[in-house]
Amino acid sequence: MAEYKGILVIGELEEGKLAPIAKELLGGARRLADSRGEGVSLLLIGEKGTTFAQETIPLGADKVYIATHPVFSEFHSDSYTFIISEVCQKIQPALCLMGQTDLGRDVAPRVAARLEAGLCMDCLEVKIDLEQRCFFQTRPVYGGKAMAVMASTPGRVQVNTVRPKSMVPLSPQEGRKGETIILHDGLDPSLMKAKITKREKLPLEGIKLEEAKVIVAGGGGLGGPEGFELIKELARILRGAVGATRVPVDEKWVPLSMEIGQTGKIVSPDLYIAIGISGAAQHITGCLSSKYIVAINKDPDANIFKISNLGLVADYRVAVPLVTEKLKTLLR
Amino acid sequence: MEIIVCIKPVLDPDLPPAKFMIDTPKNRVVPPAGIPFVISPYDALAVEAALRIKEEKKEGRITVITLGDGSADSIVRKALAMGAEEGVIISDPAFEESDGFGTAQILAQAIKKIGRYDLILCGRQAADWDMGMVGSVIAEYLGIPIVTRAKEIKILGGKVKVERVITNGYETFEVELPVLITVSNELGQARIPSGWGIIKAAKKEIPIWSVTHLGSDPLKIGKNAVRNHLLKLFVPAYERRCDMITGETMAEAASRLAERIVETKLI
Repeated sequence: MAEYKGILVIGELEEGKLAPIAKELLGGARRLADSRGEGVSLLLIGEKGTTFAQETIPLGADKVYIATHPVFSEFHSDSYTFIISEVCQKIQPALCLMGQTDLGRDVAPRVAARLEAGLCMDCLEVKIDLEQRCFFQTRPVYGGKAMAVMASTPGRVQVNTVRPKSMVPLSPQEGRKGETIILHDGLDPSLMKAKITKREKLPLEGIKLEEAKVIVAGGGGLGGPEGFELIKELARILRGAVGATRVPVDEKWVPLSMEIGQTGKIVSPDLYIAIGISGAAQHITGCLSSKYIVAINKDPDANIFKISNLGLVADYRVAVPLVTEKLKTLLR
Repeated sequence: MEIIVCIKPVLDPDLPPAKFMIDTPKNRVVPPAGIPFVISPYDALAVEAALRIKEEKKEGRITVITLGDGSADSIVRKALAMGAEEGVIISDPAFEESDGFGTAQILAQAIKKIGRYDLILCGRQAADWDMGMVGSVIAEYLGIPIVTRAKEIKILGGKVKVERVITNGYETFEVELPVLITVSNELGQARIPSGWGIIKAAKKEIPIWSVTHLGSDPLKIGKNAVRNHLLKLFVPAYERRCDMITGETMAEAASRLAERIVETKLI
C-alpha cells in the first residue's frame, strides 16, 4: 500500500492575483507539514499560474505544480476535478487542502469520491495527531449550532476544504528554496458534459463584505427594503459595508451578494453592527468571528444580544437615525 | 420525464438554540420529545424544483427516495402530498451510521434499481451535517454530469438549462440529460401540501428496500466503511458579556451607544 506523505494545497487565483485563501492554506499547510517533517506542494491550475509560482515559495511551498493546458484557463468542475485527482494520484499526499470557496465546495466531494479519500467540508481548524498519523478536523454542523471534531483514517488520503480566514499566512521568507514543475496533462473538452454558456457577475455595491473593517447588517426585523436606507446611511458614516441576514435576501429586499451567514458570506470585521437581527444560528455562524459586535433589537430576549458586546433594546426606526446623527458629530 | 429526488429527514433547523441538546458521552444530538423530523429544507426545495419542472412540461413522474428509519415514512408522505408520484424508503440495519460516501453509494444503487431517470435532484447540503457532498458523490458513482447550487432549472428538449449560484454572481449551464443537480435556497420557497394531497399521500403504498434489494457491498456501506470518525460533538461557547445601554430617553441611549462605539477605536 502506498504511503501518503506531505500536503497538497490547491491554490486559487482571484482577480488576477494569488487569492488570500491560497496564502492562508499555504501557511496552515506549512505549519502542519513541519510538525511531521514533510513537504508542502501547491497546485496552480491554468497557465496564469506561472506568473505566481515564485511568489508562493516564500509563503511556504516546496514544490509548485502548474497545470498549463488551455482547458484549465477557466474554472470548470469537470476539468478541475480531473486535474486535482490526477495530481493527488501522482504525488500521493496525506492531505489535500482547498478553500471552502466556489471551487472547493464544488470539486472537493468529487475528488474525494474518485480517490476514495476521507472528506471534511468547511473546516475551521485542522490539527495533526503525530502518534496516530491522522488529522483532526473541527467543523460547524447543524447550521452552526454545534461543532464536530472528525478524525481521518491513517493510510487514506484526506481531502479538506477550509473556511477563509481560519488559517494564517506566513510572513514571506525571502530566499526560501522551492521547485516549479510544469504539468502538461490535459483533458479532451468534449468530455466536459456540462457546458457553461454564460457567466454573470453581480454588480458590487461599495466595499466588499469579506474585506470590510466595519459592517452594518440588517435582518428580518427591518420589515422591508426601506429599513436598509437607514442601515446604508449608518454604514456610510462608519465607512463600512452593508450586509443582511437570509430573510431580507429571500424577500428580495436586498441582493443575494449581501447575505451573511451559513448560506451566504462568512465575515470577520473589527466592528459588526446587527440591526433587527434576531440571531439565528445560521446567521451567527457567519459573523461570529467579528472582534466587536453591537446589536440593536426591540426584543430584549433576542439571541443576538447573547453574542454581542454592546446592546440597545429599541425600535430601529427611532434609534438608528439618532445613533447615526450622534456619530456624525463625534466623527467630525 | 423521470425525475428522482433524494430527501433526508433532519431535526427541524428552526428549532430554537435553547432546545438543541447534545448527549456528550454518546456524541449525539438529542431530538426534543414531540418535535417531528422534517425534510431537510434544501431537499424540500429539490422536491419543489421537480414539481415546477413537471408543471411546466405538463408531464413527468417524480420519485422521492430516502434513506432512513423512523421518520422516513412521514417525510416521504410529505413529499408525496406536495405532488410527487412515487416514494421509496431504503432501510436496513446494515445501512445505519453510513457516512456521506456510504449514503451516496446506497442512493446510487437505489437509483440504478429504479432504472429510468432523466434528472436527479438533491438539496445542496443537509441541514444536519452541512457537508454538501452526497449529490456530487452520487453523480460520480453513476458517472453522470453534475451541476451544484442551482437557483433555476429549465428543460429544453433533451437538455437542461441550469442557473447556478456562485459567490458574486451566476453561471448558466447547458447539459444533456441525464444529469444530477443540487438545489440552493435561491430557488425560492417550497410549497405547502394541499389537504387533498395529504389525503392521497396517506393512502399511498411506499416500498421499503433493504440490502437484499440493492445487493450492497458490505465493505462500502454502514459503520465499518466510515472514513472520518466523529471524536467529539459540542455546542460552542459563543456567548459574550453584553453591556446593555439604557437612558432616560431614546435620544440619550442612542447618544451613549454612539459614544461607546467611538470608544472602541475600531472606526
